[in-house]
Amino acid sequence: MNEQITNVLLVGVGGQGILLASEILSEAAMLAGYDVKKSEIHGMSQRGGSVVSHVRYGKQVFSPIVPEGEGDILFGFELMETCRSLPLLKPGGTVVANDLKISPPSVLMGQELYPDGLVERIKARFPDFMLLDGQQMAGSAGNVRAANTVLLGAVSRKLDIAEQHWMKALEKMVPSRALDVNKKAFQLGREYK
Amino acid sequence: MKEILSGNEAIARGAFEAGCLVACAYPGTPSTEILENTIKYKEINSSWAPNEKVALEVAIGASFGGGRALCTMKHVGVNVAADPLFTLAYTGVRGGLVLVVADDPEMHSSQNEQDSRNYARFAKVPMLEPSDSLECKEFTRLAFELSEQYDMPVMLRSCTRISHGKSIVDLGERVTGLPQPKLEKDPAKLVMLPGNARVRHPLVEASLQKLSGAASSMAINRSELRDSSIGIITSGVCYQYVREVLPDASTLKLGMVNPLPYDLIREFASRVDKLYIVEELDPFIEQQVRAMGIDAIGKELISLCGELTPGRLRSAFGLPQPEAAPAEKLPGRPPNMCPGCPHRGVFFALNQLKAYVTGDIGCYTLGFMPPLSAMDTCVCMGASIGMATGVTKVVSAEEQKKVVAVIGDSTFLHTGINGLMDMVYNNSPATVVILDNSITAMTGRQDNPASGFTLMDEPANAINIPLLCKSLGVKNIRIVNPLDLEETRRVLAEEMERPETSVIITNKPCVLIKRDDVFQKGPVYAVDSEKCTGCRACLKIGCPAIEWRPAGDGSKKGKAYIDPLLCTGCDVCRQLCKFDAIGSR
Repeated sequence: MNEQITNVLLVGVGGQGILLASEILSEAAMLAGYDVKKSEIHGMSQRGGSVVSHVRYGKQVFSPIVPEGEGDILFGFELMETCRSLPLLKPGGTVVANDLKISPPSVLMGQELYPDGLVERIKARFPDFMLLDGQQMAGSAGNVRAANTVLLGAVSRKLDIAEQHWMKALEKMVPSRALDVNKKAFQLGREYK
Repeated sequence: MKEILSGNEAIARGAFEAGCLVACAYPGTPSTEILENTIKYKEINSSWAPNEKVALEVAIGASFGGGRALCTMKHVGVNVAADPLFTLAYTGVRGGLVLVVADDPEMHSSQNEQDSRNYARFAKVPMLEPSDSLECKEFTRLAFELSEQYDMPVMLRSCTRISHGKSIVDLGERVTGLPQPKLEKDPAKLVMLPGNARVRHPLVEASLQKLSGAASSMAINRSELRDSSIGIITSGVCYQYVREVLPDASTLKLGMVNPLPYDLIREFASRVDKLYIVEELDPFIEQQVRAMGIDAIGKELISLCGELTPGRLRSAFGLPQPEAAPAEKLPGRPPNMCPGCPHRGVFFALNQLKAYVTGDIGCYTLGFMPPLSAMDTCVCMGASIGMATGVTKVVSAEEQKKVVAVIGDSTFLHTGINGLMDMVYNNSPATVVILDNSITAMTGRQDNPASGFTLMDEPANAINIPLLCKSLGVKNIRIVNPLDLEETRRVLAEEMERPETSVIITNKPCVLIKRDDVFQKGPVYAVDSEKCTGCRACLKIGCPAIEWRPAGDGSKKGKAYIDPLLCTGCDVCRQLCKFDAIGSR
């Protein structure tokens, strides 16, 4: 078992299933024998605002939030939110991002443009970068709404948690009627190169 | 058995294990989920009260009847419940009574960041402060025991990072063998007339003193001696940041922040060269430590405002920060009303009518945001109506017509109703809009006395809000469909013009409401791009389902697009289109 603390940040827009993904990750880490802490903000963020969930695991975790600039992995469900949270990541950290743009109110209203070239901006700072189309892959697993599980599968390869714990965590956290699709979605993400 | 629980889930579990029989609350971020979890335990009678004062009074009654009782609220809820709280300190309890208060440093979802520890000291009530979910559970159990042992209510202080943070908890069993609740008269203790209260007050002071003495040897107040050059007194989530950032420093971790363990503090201070106090918000511990004649550094380093983070603590102690990527300049992503939200049309009309809107606390506070931009004041729960009355007392008769209070159904029943009594009684010409969406939406769709269901999901009486207003003496009561822009605007204009109190009640439910027979999605709408002239009229309601798509030729031209996955078919945008370009698919 890895004794160091692993710091994971899950970011995106309210309603994308970020909290469920961070619950599954926390559960898997606990099953793997780690101490785990997780933190996020509810409330206003549920109305379409930015969401940042922090998950930390290791031998003994103190702070429930990832210290600024010490994130190991940034797991972005939406491109602009991924870019917004880059300052939380340590130099040389890993970014796994969903290729999805969700326009904020100012862009919807035509007052601003959705920023260009975000992928290039992220890559320039963090070369350990993986981009995947979670919606399309979830669709091929049987339900576009399982995009968060595809991404979790992709992130899982970067984490020191054995596959059996991920499966157990999925079985516990995902409603039984959606379990098969989610397991398939997880595998697609995990095998993505 | 081990489980990962949020602080709120762990508090609910702790109440269950402690043999708690009654739990009562008004929802408020970040405390809401405590009661949503006590309902998992059939042994606990859990209920939503119309406001925090009533919630505490219900818990007091349960305690006086001999049962253990839990009451939970957000920090500002204690302002509402303060009246019973201060006298409850004098009566003490029969069954243990625990009041959980969840603070919100940084104001993630609040209008102020008051520090509830001051209430514990002010009301003369002991307060425990857990640092993680396991402590949330254990301290809740302990709080019930202390409450009965010392005959005092006990407060448990959480904060956003504790309530909404998750960590691993060992589950225990529910205690057995507690005395069976039964009526027992004890007027000298429970009837707080001056004669009785004068007898009780010295007992309260004596109990606090006794508890302060005992606190120095309590396991929850823990001196951890490491490097003796720096000693830090801290509590709650701040303890975790201290251990993260200053792992070698000696710490005195306080599990009880009122009363303070004076002997233990003196002893700890004598063992370290330099003493620091690390606490969020007010210098609550610091001032008391200094009053003991002990030199300590606290708010010179750590801000009085906002929450602490590991990075902010590093800066406070002058430690190097890791080299991080600079913040990117990006469009913001503020929260917004949902697609199809029935509040949107009302704020659009208020904006058009150039109303002076006294606002209130709920999802509709988002009516402040552009492009609706139709809220001019917001202070606290229920304040909109009283403020409207007050404004009309000082402005000209012409300006009085512009004054409109907006308030949700749950907030109206919380404390707005008193404001309306006053408005009618003192004959204010203002207009009140009750945005009745049949639920307490902002905190996550909780039932309330007008929604027809209890927290336990049992059918209940639903208050008839129009009849209630009528019985308060309101002569002009109008019910409008807020999804009909023309009707909403016309009724608002008529009632604003009227020189006496009027109440307008909207009648469409929240789109997120859980019971599927209450809200039904309409046909999904689309923009006919042949007919769309790019006039942007439909963008003026700020619906997240409508997107401006630029022509892409560098000009300001473009067309509107409706996201079929987000559209609920509310029809409001169609009413704004002069070119008949929006219709159901």
